[in-house]
Amino acid sequence: MIRLLRILGQIALGRFAQIGRASIMWGSALNSLPKTSDARLFIDQIYVIGVKSLILIVMSAFSIGAVLALQFYTQLVRFGAEEAVGVGVAMVLLRELGPVVTALLFAGRAGSAITAEIGLMNATDQLSSMEMMGVDPLKRIVAPRLWAGFFCLPMLAIIFSAVGIWSSGLVGVDWLGIESVGFWAGMLDTVELWEDIGKGIVKTLVFALIVTWIAVFQGYDSEPTSEGISSATTRTVIFSSVAVLTLDFFLTLVMYGDF
Amino acid sequence: MEAGVIISDLIEIKDMVFYRGERVIFNGLCMSVAENAVTSIIGPSGTGKTTLLRLIGGQLVPASGTVRVMGENVSKLSRAGLFELRKKMGLLFQSSALFTDLTVYENVAFSLRVHTDLSDSLIHNLVLMKLNSVGLRGARDLMPSQLSGGMARRIALARAIAMDPALIMYDEPFTGQDPIAMGVVVSLIRALNDALSMTSLLVSHDIYETMSISDKIYILSDGVAIASGSPEELQANQTEKVVQFLNGLPDGPVPFHYPADEFVNDILGATH
Amino acid sequence: MSIRTTEIIVGAFVLACGLALAFLAVRVSGVDLEGNRDAIMLSARFDEVGGLSSRAKVSMAGVTIGRVIDIDIDTEFGEAIVTMAIDGRLSKLSLDTGARILTEGVLGGKYVGLIPGADEEYLVSGDVIVDTQGAILLENLIGEFVTGAGSK
Repeated sequence: MIRLLRILGQIALGRFAQIGRASIMWGSALNSLPKTSDARLFIDQIYVIGVKSLILIVMSAFSIGAVLALQFYTQLVRFGAEEAVGVGVAMVLLRELGPVVTALLFAGRAGSAITAEIGLMNATDQLSSMEMMGVDPLKRIVAPRLWAGFFCLPMLAIIFSAVGIWSSGLVGVDWLGIESVGFWAGMLDTVELWEDIGKGIVKTLVFALIVTWIAVFQGYDSEPTSEGISSATTRTVIFSSVAVLTLDFFLTLVMYGDF
Repeated sequence: MEAGVIISDLIEIKDMVFYRGERVIFNGLCMSVAENAVTSIIGPSGTGKTTLLRLIGGQLVPASGTVRVMGENVSKLSRAGLFELRKKMGLLFQSSALFTDLTVYENVAFSLRVHTDLSDSLIHNLVLMKLNSVGLRGARDLMPSQLSGGMARRIALARAIAMDPALIMYDEPFTGQDPIAMGVVVSLIRALNDALSMTSLLVSHDIYETMSISDKIYILSDGVAIASGSPEELQANQTEKVVQFLNGLPDGPVPFHYPADEFVNDILGATH
Repeated sequence: MSIRTTEIIVGAFVLACGLALAFLAVRVSGVDLEGNRDAIMLSARFDEVGGLSSRAKVSMAGVTIGRVIDIDIDTEFGEAIVTMAIDGRLSKLSLDTGARILTEGVLGGKYVGLIPGADEEYLVSGDVIVDTQGAILLENLIGEFVTGAGSK
């Protein structure tokens, strides 16, 4: 019994230490960015993290928008309210699916890549040797990735929502024959800039923060073995997915409140 | 402060204790590294030789005792102070640890670009100079993945001396090298030390090569230095452990077996 | 060389994101980029606005000509005061223009419909529309129908 308690206590302390290390890493990495010489590192990371995720994001958004249009249509056409397909898709994408699905895809595509890259740098002593050369890897490696992730995810989510709405229009208006004016005017009437688009972007900012933080930290803190890197990569995807879905619930509760 | 007056000893380690988990790695280690000399640390694997280099570089902090490098107490330095100090050190990792996303040229230019405001043409000249001194000027456009182990180590050496450090540390520079590459590295270490008037600290278990280039050697065992002196002095040392290590005897005071029960007991299942 | 291309691609990426945001803002949420510089601000008093939202559209002859900006309550008479911004080109709305609150389809949202009048004089910014008809609530209709049927 006492042994069990001791083990549990040790695990808990280990977790606290991990959170502590993650916070320290976060703090000292962000301590430092505003230097123009780092701009190039940052741009390179936007390319690696953002641009390279773009195809995945656009393709997923296209099919999700199309599927949503089909599903809303089959339900709404029974009430003769098929024009509401536009509003429905726009609301769902802007408020929920855009931020959440983008964050999940981002965790799988860019997050795991960040973890693996930093993990491997750690395992092959590249981080240590950088430290020994008097270059702080937190500033050189970690900070640009954190910032790039923080900027890229919201941008990708905006593109995701736009592409999704556009493809739902393609399916709804051009294929299923919903009246175009009604389809778009419905959105215009209902969707609001801050309430729907703005708060959606706020959500993605929170997700961006948490997903890149998890990805970078898991890489930085991984065991320097091939097994360690693979489990760190897995953890990145799992932790970020769970964090995104859980946070989404609370963010929705807080932002659209009144329940 | 007081050490600022005389620093004939570039590194001074006093009564240093260090644990890894529950295991004692260093148990009151004392040693010093003289300026402009090649000092070597030899000892069986697992005696914490690499750990020692990390303690000197400030990547690890001792549980007690002091590590002084160029007069500064490493574990008391701020993060910024530590990075400042490290600019005057070079460390050659056993795994070479080249940046895999940069070319050979960019690897060597890395610290010059980060730490100095030198013009591109000046950096170009410096990098070619360093690459030339390790004989790999022609490999400047290769990626690290295209290099053999021996070449990678020489590039890492060029990178470590890019900033003309006062101190350079080598972690097992001879392991995993073919005889020719090993010969090249051996002569490079001595030549660079004398030509650039650096201080070299070498960690190895290749006794023969180490003996041939060192001015002073420490033998580590059980967390302390069991013997030290010039190669000749050590050859003359008749202490049991020293003799065993220098002559490569399989068993002796440094046991062949990892601590365990008697084999007979173990195999008959007497314990557990 | 390769850095240049990276920079160009990243620039294009940021631009694409900007375009997407502009698309969302203009096509989806209907932010009016021209602003309301020349808009005519009119208000109208209704006995019932049931379900009208601010930002609902204002239309005339089926064409959207403006938006509801504000819905407030008259504390004295218990009427709803709806403020609307109307396209500045419609400077010749006669004084007796009527306003009704209508429903778009069966399940659609509420909007304000303006009915042209015949007066020689025109409404200007800040005027109040007098001839109004509030929202018709389905519950009231059903109620009337039930009581009307019972009394006959």
